[in-house]
Amino acid sequence: MQYLLMLYANESGWSQMTPAEQEQGVAAYGAYTQALKTAGVLVGSNRLQNSATATTVHVADGKSQVLDGPYVDSKEQLAGYYLIDVPDLDAALAWTARCPGASHGTIEVRPIWEHA
Amino acid sequence: MNGAAQARSTADAVARRSYGKLVAFLAAAMRDVAAAEDALSEAFAAALADWPLNGCPANPEAWLLTVARRKGIDGIRRRRSGEAAAVQLQILAELDAATSTAMDDTAIPDRRLALLFACAHPAIDAGIRAPLMLQAVLGLDAKTIASAFLASPDAMGKRLGRAKQKIRQAGIRFAIPARDELAGRLAGVLDAIYAAFAEGWSDPGGTDVIRRDLTAEALFLAGLVAGLLPQEPEALGLLACMLHAEARRRARRNADGDYVPLAEQDVALWDAAMIDEAEALLLRASVLGHIGRYQLEAALQSAHVERRRSGRTDWTPEVQIYDALLALSGSPVVALNRALAIAELQGPHAALEIVDSLAADGRLVDYQPYWAARAALLARTHAYPEARAAFDIAIGLASDPAIRRFLQGRQAILPR
Repeated sequence: MQYLLMLYANESGWSQMTPAEQEQGVAAYGAYTQALKTAGVLVGSNRLQNSATATTVHVADGKSQVLDGPYVDSKEQLAGYYLIDVPDLDAALAWTARCPGASHGTIEVRPIWEHA
Repeated sequence: MNGAAQARSTADAVARRSYGKLVAFLAAAMRDVAAAEDALSEAFAAALADWPLNGCPANPEAWLLTVARRKGIDGIRRRRSGEAAAVQLQILAELDAATSTAMDDTAIPDRRLALLFACAHPAIDAGIRAPLMLQAVLGLDAKTIASAFLASPDAMGKRLGRAKQKIRQAGIRFAIPARDELAGRLAGVLDAIYAAFAEGWSDPGGTDVIRRDLTAEALFLAGLVAGLLPQEPEALGLLACMLHAEARRRARRNADGDYVPLAEQDVALWDAAMIDEAEALLLRASVLGHIGRYQLEAALQSAHVERRRSGRTDWTPEVQIYDALLALSGSPVVALNRALAIAELQGPHAALEIVDSLAADGRLVDYQPYWAARAALLARTHAYPEARAAFDIAIGLASDPAIRRFLQGRQAILPR
């Protein structure tokens, strides 16, 4: 089954880190990504730009509304994702706990809707 | 304190003191864990309604048992009919005779051990035994247990429900096994308690309240089993092993929350009283005359403690204990730890040969300590690029941020 791991994090945390800490943080994600690849469970993954770059779109009554900023205005923002393919939820949660994002932020795990 | 507050505080005290005993007693009589839990929770609800009006009873445990028994009878009438119900009702009637003569909670027979044996029965899936024990004997809710075992609350609740249904439908006995099968069955109970402890232990910094509590709960269960089966050396061995690990908790993190390996821990931070207790248990176990996994694990901890305290550099005792453990378990994790002890005795090359041979065992591919051990050994043989690559894999597999930082630190000081 495929699961999407959505990484939520406090965006101000990154800019407050020293360059050495940032480098260590990136390396930890690199190692985690490599571990997923080695285990053969990684489907896809990306890091997102800061939520200040976000734009939201909503169409109502034939009129589109375009707004500057993220959908939900909160301190913790979606910062990236991993899409993994594992046998069950327990396996997905085990991989989620290993993700560096689980310690400096929060990760939401959702099964992908499977077409019949 | 008003009546309602008084009632709540008495009920809380009883729940803390006697929950496991009450559930175990009811479950053994009803042969049904889920029904016992339901009946007891209904009894607690009834107490919170009744006690503020009529005052707290002199013996709240007996009061709760009497009400739970009545609720249990109602439940059986609702769920069952015919002969099965008649048998159950007969059992509950006998139970009434027993509880009405119980003047205080010490007079209620302690069936917790029988309940633990039912939870760790070979017919119950090994993976759910530890959660089941934590729920049945300690009353932890599915959400708390799920969090500690990295499972979803919903899935954990369902698995617990299925296991209890299995106990009832398969007719699993609530009894301490006979002498000839006790040792084999006890291993299941001890393994499940150790699994609960290991889950709690994976957060040694104690930042996660649920996990830290789980360590305490597992220690309580181990103490309970050791107290109820004082002639079983493995029960004593397990408690000794857990006390040794617990005694070093404070030393495993420095002031910054960073991981400190055993070799670098401040011995003064170890809990000396806990270590003494562990050593006394191990001594008692050793005279009972049959060795087992947990006594060996505890002996290993004991050797580590003695080595650090005395400054001994010869690792022969550790290697000998690992040899015995490996012969007993055949576990690749034991083989890996043995290799690290060999490194201290014969050097990193000899250890790497063993570690290489372990790579064929697919079970270690996702095991972070395997890659960390490999990286450290490679570094000692000056194979720095290989060491760096192995550290990368270990870092990627680490789930504890303190361990991750520790590994990154070790990787960073490798010469380029």
